[in-house]
Amino acid sequence: MEDRHLLDEDVIRRTLGTALKRGGDFAEVFVEEKTSSSASLDDGRVEEVSSSRRRGVGIRVVVGETTGFAHTADLSEEGLRSAAEAAAGAAQGSSGVRDVGAFSRKTVEPTHAVRDYPESIDKEIKVEALRRADAAARAEGGAIAQVSASYADSRRRILVANSDGLIAGDEQIRTRFSVNAVATGDTGLQTGTESPGRTVGWELLEEFPPEQTAQIAARRALSKLEARPAPSGKWPVVLKKGAGGVLFHEACGHGLEADLVARDASIFKGRVGEQVASSLVTVVDDGRLAREWGAYGIDDEGAAAQRNVLIEDGVLTDYMWDLLRARKEGRQSSGNGRRETYMNLPMVRMTNTFLERGETDPDDIISATPYGIYCVALGGGQVNTATGDFVFGVTEAYLIENGVLTAPLRNAQLIGNGAEALRAIDLVGNDFDTWAGTCGKDGQGVPVSSGQPTLRVSELTVGGTGA
Amino acid sequence: MTSKRDLLVIAREIAGSARGAEQIEARVGRGRDTDVEVLRGSVESLTVAESEGVTIRVVVDGRQGVASAGSLDPEIVAATLEDARDNARFAEPDEFSGLATPAELGDAIVPELDLWRDDLALIPTEEKVAMALELERAVLSANSLVRGVESSSYGDGSNESALVTSTGIEAFHRRTTASLGASALAGPDSDTQTGYGFSVGRTVSDLDFEYAANQAANRAVRLLGATQPATQRIPVILDPLVARTILALIISALGAESVQKGRSMFAGRLGEAIGSPIVNLIEDPTNPDAFGATPYDSEGAPTRRVNLVTAGVLNAYLHNVTTARRGKTVTTGSALGSGVGARAAYLRPGPLSVEELFASVPSALYVQSVSGIHSGTSTVSGDFSVGAEGLMVRDGVFAEPVREATIASTLPRILLDIAQIGSDLTWLPGGGAGMTLLISDMMLSGS
Repeated sequence: MEDRHLLDEDVIRRTLGTALKRGGDFAEVFVEEKTSSSASLDDGRVEEVSSSRRRGVGIRVVVGETTGFAHTADLSEEGLRSAAEAAAGAAQGSSGVRDVGAFSRKTVEPTHAVRDYPESIDKEIKVEALRRADAAARAEGGAIAQVSASYADSRRRILVANSDGLIAGDEQIRTRFSVNAVATGDTGLQTGTESPGRTVGWELLEEFPPEQTAQIAARRALSKLEARPAPSGKWPVVLKKGAGGVLFHEACGHGLEADLVARDASIFKGRVGEQVASSLVTVVDDGRLAREWGAYGIDDEGAAAQRNVLIEDGVLTDYMWDLLRARKEGRQSSGNGRRETYMNLPMVRMTNTFLERGETDPDDIISATPYGIYCVALGGGQVNTATGDFVFGVTEAYLIENGVLTAPLRNAQLIGNGAEALRAIDLVGNDFDTWAGTCGKDGQGVPVSSGQPTLRVSELTVGGTGA
Repeated sequence: MTSKRDLLVIAREIAGSARGAEQIEARVGRGRDTDVEVLRGSVESLTVAESEGVTIRVVVDGRQGVASAGSLDPEIVAATLEDARDNARFAEPDEFSGLATPAELGDAIVPELDLWRDDLALIPTEEKVAMALELERAVLSANSLVRGVESSSYGDGSNESALVTSTGIEAFHRRTTASLGASALAGPDSDTQTGYGFSVGRTVSDLDFEYAANQAANRAVRLLGATQPATQRIPVILDPLVARTILALIISALGAESVQKGRSMFAGRLGEAIGSPIVNLIEDPTNPDAFGATPYDSEGAPTRRVNLVTAGVLNAYLHNVTTARRGKTVTTGSALGSGVGARAAYLRPGPLSVEELFASVPSALYVQSVSGIHSGTSTVSGDFSVGAEGLMVRDGVFAEPVREATIASTLPRILLDIAQIGSDLTWLPGGGAGMTLLISDMMLSGS
């Protein structure tokens, strides 16, 4: 691994010693170095090119139920000692000195290779991709009145070492390309957005050429000009592959995070072994899903990412765990301990969360639906994890009439309850796609993906402005 | 902690390295934060940390490059400056871009704002921990239907920053903030409701943990037994937090950047009535009560009071130096990051107390929280359709709670439909103020 330069092992060992000098059950040093770059085009012009870098260390000390935490951007041994003392003081330990023994290095095979590292690509090539996207979006028709496009890439290197003797490192590369188009027509202004992202370098643009991303965004905006308000009421809802994963991420995934379960804030508390979903439903969180936006080698506590089956054939099988929750239960972390930066404490987070594919041809799902809503793209949404209630905006949708897609719809919202929606899934397609996003929890945002095959929920409340 | 001179010296050094046609703006800052999370009577985590950072903007012949770093280490600062210079080479020129100049800012004066409390640094950590624990106890005892506390926390921060440009602008300011927040869980497993309560200020003595605790408990308990309401058109009362959220969406369309780029529903409407006659929308970062208060903006221009909407008529857009040049006007001191934005917007309060406002309609939906704001609303098209939970109000008092509902209108329509503005102006964390609002008509969708 290339992470050795981040911090010397002997310095780490002495820092952990300082962190535990007032006693404690556990101490950890987390080193992070991240460089990112981005550029934005708006109104036909590359407006701004920017970059950022950060490097620092987060130190935590656990004494009983209490975690003391301090962080610093000063990587000198003196800076680390002072942060370690602050963390030890905050944890309020009082007894015995613990020695930190020899480290055993954990190595994890990367799920995939990165070909074109962000810094290896000339900035002129990157901004040229923005111009290509601008031209392609505008070529979709005179109704396209405004276009903005941006790319963002990052390289994050981490090193984790703890008083259990673990030391492990990882390198995480991410690239994202976004296009937003504004279309103008008789119904006013409408917008369309598309922003693919992967844990790869600039080769992202081979899988998702700028022109293709621009066309999707522009056509989404144009279709909304023609769209009519969605009908309010309870209807069957067909979610296109990839589009609905975020709904299950929000409405079910969060409730399967062990910290929320422990806080009594999950509808899934105490229900392992129970049938909580339709038997057609298997939900998996897999941090090793290659190239996906939420993939990594090790989590931010040094645990290897892994595939975790959360719901199998409708039966709740397990929650997701970070190190501290797992220690309390005497089990292993599931590799879901993540933090936004070295300045944050880790907590249980999802990675790539998806419903597994089924057996039905997706076309048959639409043709089996006499009347309903077909959702092609959802926006963000919110969920009350304690109740499972959710609301999602739909950014591209069509009416299904007599088993055929008809009018485009706008202004639709899906409203429901996660557990009820899981039980109401009655058709699951044999296709699959994912969607990249940022998941927010307690003020920390981390990259995740969500996925699902085309599927039908037999009944969901659709909030719209039409009759 | 650092001294004012220290930060200004670093910023001056960076800005002073401008060569030839180059313009350089340096923003440097340092901060100290404390954060306490408690759970079930014990400290779950205590974070004490210092942080620092620099953001450098370089403009050469109208081309703009930006770079930032989370460190003031001289080597990293030097590398960051080179990054910004390199980035500028790849941007395309804009005749209107470039740093503000003192001449352009005219005689606008940087207001004196007292946003710093010396005592915050002297308060022992134990006292802060005790407040978070006390808050958790207070939430549990506020109402017998509260069965747990999902989170209870105390946080504070002290931040100092300096801005220097090679065009001759220099500014420094510092601020402290302190806050308490708790989330209550009420009801049985089958009908769990959560409610958030908070109290914010500039130091510990500004905080009111009983207020925060009662707010958290009440907001959770009063939703117990919520059901899906019938679909109907109905007057809607917005809680101050929700009102602030919706006002923020409306104000973002009043930024000159979105107007000039054809991305605002209010483009070309200056001088026209865009709100009901009782609407006076004001942005005023010089008000020290506002948590977004600041004496100068991200470009170093002095902030000022801007009357955006007066008696329903659109009066002004928010400008930074670039949009002002393009629009042949002057900056309103509203530069925010690389763009334009509001920090301390509010509606001038109306005459009615909350009780009087409730009693002013026979029935209404009181909206306590909204969800799906980012996907269900658009400041470009004005679309507004969001998830809502709250309670029905009949004859001036709360009736049954509702959930799994949406409310819909359009953002321009909401501004025109403001029928009453409560007198309960409340400054909120994150900037801006809220107050109870009566909207005469919205579409409520349920069963």
